[in-house]
Amino acid sequence: MDLFDIFVSASFWAAVLRIASPLIFATMGELICERAGVLNLGIEGIMVAGAFAGWIAVWAGLPLWGGVAVAMLTGMGLGLVHSVLSVPFGLSQHVVGVGMTLLATSLTFYTYRVVLPEVSSPPKIEAFQPLDIPGLSQIPFLGEALFSQTALTYAGFVVVALVAWVLYRTPLGLAVRAAGESPAAVAAQGLSVTGIRMGAVIVGSGLMAVGGAFLTLSAFDSFFFEMVNGRGWICIALVVFGAWKPGKALLGALLFAAFDAFQIRLQQTPMGQVVPYQVFLMMPYVLSILALVVMSRRAEVPKALMVPFNKGER
Amino acid sequence: MTMRLEPIEAPGLARRAGLPALAIAGTFVIGALLAMIAGGNPFSVFGLILKGAFGSKFAVLETLNRATPLIFTGLAVAVAFRAKLWNIGAEAQLYAGAVMTAVLGTGALAWPSWALLPMVGLAAMLAGALVLLVPAILKVRLGVDEVVTTLLFNFIFLLFVGYLLEGPLKDPMGMGWPKSARLIPEARLPRIIEGLRLHWGFALGLIAAVTVWVIERRTTLGYEMRAVGQNVDAARFAGIPVTAVILKTALISGGLAALAGFSEVAGMKGALTKDISPGFGYTGIVVAMLALLNPLGVVLAALFVAAIFVGADSMSRAAGVPTYLADIMLASALLLMVLAILLTKFRVRRD
Repeated sequence: MDLFDIFVSASFWAAVLRIASPLIFATMGELICERAGVLNLGIEGIMVAGAFAGWIAVWAGLPLWGGVAVAMLTGMGLGLVHSVLSVPFGLSQHVVGVGMTLLATSLTFYTYRVVLPEVSSPPKIEAFQPLDIPGLSQIPFLGEALFSQTALTYAGFVVVALVAWVLYRTPLGLAVRAAGESPAAVAAQGLSVTGIRMGAVIVGSGLMAVGGAFLTLSAFDSFFFEMVNGRGWICIALVVFGAWKPGKALLGALLFAAFDAFQIRLQQTPMGQVVPYQVFLMMPYVLSILALVVMSRRAEVPKALMVPFNKGER
Repeated sequence: MTMRLEPIEAPGLARRAGLPALAIAGTFVIGALLAMIAGGNPFSVFGLILKGAFGSKFAVLETLNRATPLIFTGLAVAVAFRAKLWNIGAEAQLYAGAVMTAVLGTGALAWPSWALLPMVGLAAMLAGALVLLVPAILKVRLGVDEVVTTLLFNFIFLLFVGYLLEGPLKDPMGMGWPKSARLIPEARLPRIIEGLRLHWGFALGLIAAVTVWVIERRTTLGYEMRAVGQNVDAARFAGIPVTAVILKTALISGGLAALAGFSEVAGMKGALTKDISPGFGYTGIVVAMLALLNPLGVVLAALFVAAIFVGADSMSRAAGVPTYLADIMLASALLLMVLAILLTKFRVRRD
């Protein structure tokens, strides 16, 4: 396969959207949390929990969208725990986040073993099927590349638009952004910084869990222990890369997914015979670090990110 | 209804000791409830954990052996967190030390044991230190959050180890398994007492804990690390070379984590494989927090955590409750402990 052939194949671009989808949900979730002033390092564990919860719910008989809802609620529950510890109590967001990832991951693995004690390989479910958008999916090339995705992928793009609209066009979004920039001003308006931040963490965590559920309900049809594999940490890098803006973060997720899809195909070229496959697998993580380095000077970090707000303190 | 936190002027002993004890108790309540969900009797489950960890000479030695790498990674995290350097990459630094041990210990240096072991240990520390130095430099020079970079390095480094074990370091006699050749006898950490399955890595861990304690309490660097951790702006204003202190902290922390890899390869396993660490680097965070970042406390916390892991392994075989119960209890202990410590210093007031 030639390098040029990779970019002109519709299946490549379809793969880009598929790989980007879980990142899009989780990155939007993290972005909401951070815009409100809370770094949510529970993301990796919440994605694991969401992937499992959605899958096990569908395995138990719920419809696919029911699985998505269960994943979302699971994420929101974990988000509630995170937010109680990190917002009103103002505990170190680093420690709480890492603790939440450890807790959510181990709870997930424990539940898996309790529910499915005897299985050697996890059962499969009937996952989301590609949904051809009438008309658009008939367009040559573009149709196959962009308009033959699963419903969850389309939903991801709707979520980006929704998050952008709420953040920049509604009073609620203004309050969320202000909570991350100058919480004292929010409190002076008579609004509860604690409430806004907790709400942002809970909703954001719900989105992260849906990102995880995309893996089990759409990308694959089963649950594996290592399936999230650092995607959560990559999403944290994507939020920085996207300068805390939904549109730019979406662009970052797509760029990242394009790179990932490219390296997978590169492994099948003559180059893949010479270069060890681990080098290709490293690229997403290396790229994330590079993105952080490149953006470090330019990014406009929310001013109150990781700064707890205690009313009465001035 | 809103709540706010009010500092307590002089917290009493009941508060300072009682709340952390309550956190540990809460951990066991969570463990008991989950054990019941899995169909186990909580009392027999905890009994089995206790028996599995301390019930026989073999069990005790197993617990001490499991605690050894956790002492090193716990110290690595404690030192770094003290200076607010969020090193979540002890896993990668551990593997850096393990790789260096395998490179130098499989025959590259044919030295006598008394010269080879210190050399390999120091080289391992250097490797781990360098692995953490990169994120630390990115932090101080460019302001890149080290949590994310150290986490991402864990994935990168584990892939690198996978490559080494299938490529340059692969044992030609290994029947195709991705493992390194065995260490030469001179590169193996001997047992402390002949006949007992406990190697000098454990003693090295105790020495490291005391050394770190001395550095933190008795040296200028220790004082500067604390100052940077408490308030970086104030430290800078007081003329402390903040950048240098953070970089030195990174070197010490990375070196300590690498000793876990050295001790596992040279002491326990005798060869490098991809699975020498079932997450010792991450568990080190729990160990350090339970120890309240105190280097001597790290030893106790590592023993406690190792006991729960070793005990849960044998409990799981006997009672059919998944061993992940141990991981849940430790994650809960971490979260409840940081909350308890906060509440020893602050009172919750409702407005």
